[in-house]
Amino acid sequence: MDSKILSEKPVGVIGAGSFGTAIANILAEKSKVMLYARNEAVVSQIENEGVSSGQKLHENVKGTNELKEIATRCNILFPIVPSSNFRSLIKDLSEYLNPYHILIHGTKGMDVSIPSEQNEATKLNRDQVKTMSEIIQDESLVVRVGCLAGPNLARELADLQPAATVVASHFDEVIEEGIRLLRNDRFQVYGSRDLIGVELCGVLKNIIAIASGALNGMGYGENARALLISRGMVEMIYLGRALGGNTEAFIGLAGVGDLVATCSSTLSRNFSVGYRLAKGENLTQIVDSMEETAEGINTIRITKKLANFYKVRAPILEMLYKVLFENLTVEEALQYLMKYPFNVDIDFLHT
Amino acid sequence: MQLSGDFYVKKKYDPILPGSEDWPVVQLSKNRKQFIESVIKESIAVITASHTENGSLKEEIEQTRFKETLRIKQNPWHIDPEDDPVFWSEIKSRLLKISIGNNGVKQEDEIADILHEIVARYANEIQGNFRRSWYKLARTIVKFGFKRLLNTSRVKGFHSIWSNEVTLQDKIQITGEVDQLRTLAKKGTVIMVPTHFSNLDSILIGWVIHVLGLPPFIYGAGLNLFKISLFAYFMNSLGAYKVDRRKKNLIYRETLKTYSKMATIKGCHSLFFPGGTRSRSGKIEKKLKLGLLGSAMEAQRYNLQNNGNEEENKVFVVPVVINYHFVLEAPGLINDYLQAKGQEKYYVDDDSFTNSYKILMFLFKFFTKGSDISVSIGQGLDLFGNYVDERGNSIDKKGRRINIRDYFISNGEITKDLQREREYTRRLGDVIVKEFHRNNRVFSSHLVAFTAFHILKKRYSHLDLYDLLRIPREEIIISYEEFKKSFEIALQQVYRLNEEQKVLIDSHLRGDPDKVIDHGLHNVGMYHSKRPLIKNKDGNLITHDLNALFYYHNRLSGYGLENTV
Repeated sequence: MDSKILSEKPVGVIGAGSFGTAIANILAEKSKVMLYARNEAVVSQIENEGVSSGQKLHENVKGTNELKEIATRCNILFPIVPSSNFRSLIKDLSEYLNPYHILIHGTKGMDVSIPSEQNEATKLNRDQVKTMSEIIQDESLVVRVGCLAGPNLARELADLQPAATVVASHFDEVIEEGIRLLRNDRFQVYGSRDLIGVELCGVLKNIIAIASGALNGMGYGENARALLISRGMVEMIYLGRALGGNTEAFIGLAGVGDLVATCSSTLSRNFSVGYRLAKGENLTQIVDSMEETAEGINTIRITKKLANFYKVRAPILEMLYKVLFENLTVEEALQYLMKYPFNVDIDFLHT
Repeated sequence: MQLSGDFYVKKKYDPILPGSEDWPVVQLSKNRKQFIESVIKESIAVITASHTENGSLKEEIEQTRFKETLRIKQNPWHIDPEDDPVFWSEIKSRLLKISIGNNGVKQEDEIADILHEIVARYANEIQGNFRRSWYKLARTIVKFGFKRLLNTSRVKGFHSIWSNEVTLQDKIQITGEVDQLRTLAKKGTVIMVPTHFSNLDSILIGWVIHVLGLPPFIYGAGLNLFKISLFAYFMNSLGAYKVDRRKKNLIYRETLKTYSKMATIKGCHSLFFPGGTRSRSGKIEKKLKLGLLGSAMEAQRYNLQNNGNEEENKVFVVPVVINYHFVLEAPGLINDYLQAKGQEKYYVDDDSFTNSYKILMFLFKFFTKGSDISVSIGQGLDLFGNYVDERGNSIDKKGRRINIRDYFISNGEITKDLQREREYTRRLGDVIVKEFHRNNRVFSSHLVAFTAFHILKKRYSHLDLYDLLRIPREEIIISYEEFKKSFEIALQQVYRLNEEQKVLIDSHLRGDPDKVIDHGLHNVGMYHSKRPLIKNKDGNLITHDLNALFYYHNRLSGYGLENTV
């Protein structure tokens, strides 16, 4: 490990939302950090008040509004922006990116690229749906790509509580750099070669988090939540494997670890979407009143169509889809699931 | 870039290098000894570096010896050197002496010496035998002989043996990025990676390289081909080096990779079939053997490290797709595939290419009866899967020029990171597979086979592949109406794929569908004793060899045609 406290080149974080800010602070313990925000007001708050997303910033963090500057000055970048903005961000950034750049993203969503006339398609295949690492490689020359995933609730990271994360990449170099930059006394970092699997963990758990919020909103307790988490994980594994991940990722920190954290935290955005649905609000009301994106909503929309295409049995996903987009009530959905004929508990470990 | 594939190149190309003195391959053979010494030295360095743990090198050598002894016993070929058993038994006794503690000689020195001896033996065995005089002779025979045969049979019968009306190029159509290939071969080092369907491929590519005015390429030909004297002659003279797939030990593999790496560093163009062996299923290769691409990657890094200028010694990859209406070995290949589906545990010989007589007969049939072959030259790539422009510059999707040095840079410097390079190589493999599909040229025969077999698959959808292939031939009749309907849908879809630049199409695919079908039926597997697809007397379609039909059908798998037909 590098003995120097600060490496010569700053590390870039793109996106000053709550998670991006938390990661910038962790990085700042070892390196100079440039934190990019699209909104100039946010940048001036970073510069003048040393605050971003309600978190006090480490003195090593400097704000910037210039993509060119952050890409030229940093060799390693952490893009952490909502998935709906991810592709356009990388497009804007790409002219400044070169094959020597390392990008480790922290975005937990998927991207659909189909011609607009097919918007109403009921099926999507994997060529039409991209993970964030795939977008980076689609839109730029960067190949050394990785992702961050794990039980990393931004609030708790900001409070300096102990936690851990997974850095996944096909490149050992990227994993090693991720560990070197992020690891500290209260933040453990694990490496994985299953980039797609780990990305999908982060993406798919948001589906189950919405369901968890819904159960909570119905007033149900721990038995119901445990049932949801364990069956939800089985569903994640089926979906994840159909989409190109391996089972191992899902039973690791980024899979079950993140799932438990997100399903238990009333602070999580996706959880609160479910909670408010159960309390009778409709989707439009909920979305309109949220400050940051709840990735789970879009994930359900996309994943349902993928499940149709690959013929994956995913009852929790199907019911949530109906609740969100077809006016089924949470109660009806729950009744359906309780009647659903599951026979075998676990049948994926041997294959 | 011309992608429609409707026309083909037919002109005379001057050699890109005027004198054969300048060919890197000639330079290499002039300095044979020196070159092979450098290969030995480098191989030993690589092997030693990966066996630093105490005793692990000796263990590796012991394993190699064990495997070699087994090979000699279980799978001997008549071309194997006679002293093979003696050599390995001497190694055995020397290893034994080390184990029981030898007097005087230091253990490490003795192990290093044994390693040197093995590597030197392998390197000498691998090394090709390029001789200019042979090359010229072989070339003349190919050119002259083929041309005479052609004109005899196709123009006016035997008395026209001296006619020049029909040339080889009428039979073998070379399409695609020919001019770029010639430029790249002048600018840097070209690695040509063709699809592999038939043993004829290597001779064919050798001819193509000559016609295009390129200097000879070196290539690793399976040692099994050297068993056939006719092939052995051509191989030895065209710059082939020998690859023995029976030798699966690490020391051999490393020596082989190093050989190819050093030749690339020296600027020798090379050719290898990344599918490893001929496609057994008739499908375009999906999984590639990446070892030799990995050596090219190392050579590229070496060149950048030791040569400030990126322009110099840049390595280019040029995918090439060869298409046949008829693959002589098809029935044998597809049977191998069906028997061992997915697991190539041992090397199976098929009987269609085992002696020179059979090959001559095949060539005679081929040239006298007319069955076209096309060779599509794909656009050049760098080792990172980016296209290169006509000047050899790597270009990204937005037309921006890429500095390939950046791929090897960490913290501002070129570094050696083998895991990173393996990952680059894996990605390059994926790009090559994609390019194979894009440069594949759909023949009428492929499409009739595809359509017919697909109709059967749908008709017997309750059967798995193996049961389907066991249906008695007499039961299988496809009415011409039904066939034509599906064929037209497939044809439209192929046109669409062609417009989207996902595949090339042969000119015979244009025009009246009935004529296209007739052309396809006439050509599909035309010289097999059992035809895969023919019309019966009522004009409906029947098959005499369902396996072969499956084989020719497979050529168009991987395009999603199944979903539309």
